[in-house]
Amino acid sequence: MATQTNGSKKPMNLKLLVWRQKNGMSKGAMTTYEAKNVSPDMSFLEMLDVVNEDIIKSGGEPIAFEHDCREGICGSCGLMINGVAHGPDEGTTVCQLHMRSFKDGDTVVIEPWRARAFPVIKDLVVDRSAFDRIISAGGYISVNTGQAPDGNAIPIAKQSSEDAMDSAACIGCGACVAQCKNASAALFTSAKIAHLRLLPQGDPERAERALRMVAQMDEEGFGSCSNEGECEAVCPKEIGMVNISLMNREYERALISGKK
Amino acid sequence: MNNETIAPAKPAETEVEHGGLGDKVASPFLDSKVPSGPVSERWNKAKFEMKLVNPANKRKFTVICVGTGLAGASASATLAELGYNVHAFTYHDSPRRAHSIAAQGGINAAKNYANDGDSVYRLFYDTVKGGDYRARESNVHRLAEVSVNIIDQCVAQGVPFAREYGGYLDNRSFGGAQVSRTFYARGQTGQQLLLGAYQAMMRQVQRGSVKLHTRREMLDVVVVEGKARGIIVRNLVTGEIETHMADAVLLCTGGYSNVFFLSTNAKHCNVTAAWRAHKKGAFFANPCFTQIHPTCIPVSGDYQSKLTLMSESLRNDGRVWVPKAAGDKRKPSDIPEEDRDYFLERRYPAFGNLVPRDVASRAAKAVCDEGRGVGDSGLSVYLDFGDAIQRLGEDTIRARYGNLFHMYGHITAEDPYKSPMRIYPAVHYTMGGLWVDYHLQTTIPGLFALGEANFSDHGANRLGASALMQGLADGYFVIPYTLGNYLASEKLSKITPEREEFKVAAKEAQERITKLLSIKGTKTVHEFHRELGHIMWENVGMGRTREGLQKAITQVAALREEFWRNVKVAGDADNLNPHLEHASRVADFLEFGELMARDALHREESCGGHFREEYQTPEGEAQRDDDHFAYVAAWEWNNGDTPPLHKEPLDFEEVHPSQRSYK
Ligand SMILES: Cc1cc2nc3c(=O)[nH]c(=O)nc-3n(C[C@H](O)[C@H](O)[C@H](O)COP(=O)(O)OP(=O)(O)OC[C@H]3O[C@@H](n4cnc5c(N)ncnc54)[C@H](O)[C@@H]3O)c2cc1C
Ligand code: FES
Repeated sequence: MATQTNGSKKPMNLKLLVWRQKNGMSKGAMTTYEAKNVSPDMSFLEMLDVVNEDIIKSGGEPIAFEHDCREGICGSCGLMINGVAHGPDEGTTVCQLHMRSFKDGDTVVIEPWRARAFPVIKDLVVDRSAFDRIISAGGYISVNTGQAPDGNAIPIAKQSSEDAMDSAACIGCGACVAQCKNASAALFTSAKIAHLRLLPQGDPERAERALRMVAQMDEEGFGSCSNEGECEAVCPKEIGMVNISLMNREYERALISGKK
Repeated sequence: MNNETIAPAKPAETEVEHGGLGDKVASPFLDSKVPSGPVSERWNKAKFEMKLVNPANKRKFTVICVGTGLAGASASATLAELGYNVHAFTYHDSPRRAHSIAAQGGINAAKNYANDGDSVYRLFYDTVKGGDYRARESNVHRLAEVSVNIIDQCVAQGVPFAREYGGYLDNRSFGGAQVSRTFYARGQTGQQLLLGAYQAMMRQVQRGSVKLHTRREMLDVVVVEGKARGIIVRNLVTGEIETHMADAVLLCTGGYSNVFFLSTNAKHCNVTAAWRAHKKGAFFANPCFTQIHPTCIPVSGDYQSKLTLMSESLRNDGRVWVPKAAGDKRKPSDIPEEDRDYFLERRYPAFGNLVPRDVASRAAKAVCDEGRGVGDSGLSVYLDFGDAIQRLGEDTIRARYGNLFHMYGHITAEDPYKSPMRIYPAVHYTMGGLWVDYHLQTTIPGLFALGEANFSDHGANRLGASALMQGLADGYFVIPYTLGNYLASEKLSKITPEREEFKVAAKEAQERITKLLSIKGTKTVHEFHRELGHIMWENVGMGRTREGLQKAITQVAALREEFWRNVKVAGDADNLNPHLEHASRVADFLEFGELMARDALHREESCGGHFREEYQTPEGEAQRDDDHFAYVAAWEWNNGDTPPLHKEPLDFEEVHPSQRSYK
């Protein structure tokens, strides 16, 4: 993805085409807004804040979008910007995207994540609770509070721990699903399977976990993975497709070993 | 003033003070329930003396847990494992979004894996001293004791903590400590700990022992026969007001830094849950104790919506400096060594760049006040990695702080590998919170507060990497015991949602929402919030004075009055409306901000994060007044009139108060 950079500090004017939808039951439509005097140092969400203040002042209803930490870690934010999940910058959530990535006069199309498993609640806000259900199907290690041995009882190779961390870095934003033409949740699901698979603590439940999480993913109505690689390209945490290969191996291994 | 709650029940003949100096007479309403005996044996003793709920009976009890951050998720998971029926609430779309996710640097534990002289006692000692002798010794000791279990638990859950080449857990050091006791997972420690607790909780969701209620905002606590028996929540998607009953309610709702508008907290963090509980009778303790974090990215423009923290761990390798001469506008690379003032190393040679947060923040403010600040606004100082990169190589620095450098680069469009970062202090954490006893119970029986929402362990200043520790200590290892004791000791009557208390509370919550939408004024919620933040930052921020605080009290009251007359809230109450949610939270901040200023005004001393300019040593360090102020200030709601102050005197049996010295 090419990133254009606006090096100057000059304020810009942009045209925004934004998806507006009152609630899950109603039909939505694109609406046009002007974003005036946008500083290149603003974040994309700060630009929307300013537009929203204008809308409120003129008696309208502000554009609803999800956000919270504005630091790229909570996974709340997520917008399709000109057809790209989280916008033009690589490895970046939309809250960390800055307006210096746009130029004066640009038209910016802003839409919600689109996927059957992520129904729209309002405007740019969707319901991603399917992800929670995938985790609750098996994305954990079954250890009750108080059962744990000493933290240093099992040495874990630095590399395994680093690899596990790479997968565990997923923020659950849903960009992978939004960008995939099949709306597959394979990257999300596999990142959790890989995180727990790469650590010895995850071993006892590995077969069960893979089977149950994959089953839940299918049940939620996500599509299947056809190796398009779009998910990896837009993932703000740069989680790789290797996770998906690992998940497939885990799944097959679990099937072969005959575990339910 | 908008008083929509019923007045808390209060005995008529209470003798309490209304602010001002005074001796430390214990309030009869504050029984800290601290066990007797040597501090190191108290927790064991308390655990032994606590009543137990028999395993088969646990499922007969319903517990409401509001909040799914570290404190809430760990409590919900653990209580469900024990067999309780748990209902967990969050205003987020998923429990995993709680603000805890954003913690970067690490979590402390007295493991002494580094073999550098750490111990439970030292962590206890450092925390009491770091808190500037305004915390309860017994609580802090318990925190240090269970810290070691937390790490074990998290490792077992699969938290990918950083490791050394031998495969053992790695540690780093944080401000206010001379040992390495901080465990971390890259710069995403909070994320990984929260995911661990979240996953443990989701496992219980699968088993049906935790019922999850997302996109629900708690608007009131329902008190029946003097005990917390439920909550009122608003379904944020449909706008419906719901009533939920329970045998006990846990508030794990985080801190209130956003009263300053700009802070490092996530945008939605707020005081509503704690404040509504306060209005139902829970005392609010030390509200003025707020922490200003020294290493944040400076403000860049009016549109700024929040401030971004750069983890304190950066101070392990970064050196803080400004030019020696005021007005020196040269590029940092053009300023030679002899023209630089490494002011922390100069003023505090023993701790250098690793002094506690309050000390580092004030020192940065002082050099900026002298006109030596850098950047366009003059409101920032350098955090320089030049030496560290030369000594260790860029790769090592990248491995340690890669994601932080990346984030900095993204926000500022500057490359911190090439030129020093610019940082400035920002509001970050609130030590104050709901008053709780040793059992984490508020002054409303059956209402408990955990994590950042309570006041308990950090005194007037929190040490880095200790909030995560406290949240998880409260949730995994303290509440499972103390809640059991409460449920086993109390006789709770059978109730239904048809009771008057539930109906009244639900009606009031609904009316308040209707009122907000009906004002249709001219000023937006955002404008009110920003204005409030400005008043708070200027007067109740890093340096506080009598005049400033008095001014703040009047200004906040005036702004609140204007809010209820002139706020413009867009949209309706029957669909998702983030703007309305914000309005309701700002309304509470507008009441709470006044209490903060009052508390700061009454505390005529400087301690930890509370710096009263009138009370400082000749060297400009905070001057405590232990004779008059070694107490917890717990405020009672008084229907909007001057709130009565209750005092819990603090005894220091182990760590004897001295002027904190980091020289
Ligand atoms: C940027 C940053 C970095 C930090 N780094 C560190 C660090 O490295 N080490 C460290 O020890 N500490 C750190 N801290 C502090 C630490 O992260 C927090 O103090 C801690 O995570 C708070 O946890 P909590 O569970 O108490 O609350 P939170 O994590 O804030 O959770 C609050 C929960 O309550 C819910 N909630 C609140 N009000 C309501 C309501 N009315 N109705 C329904 N739900 C509600 C929210 O949805 C959320 O689930 C950092 C803080 C910040 C801001
Ligand atoms: S708002 Fe948290 S990731 Fe963007």
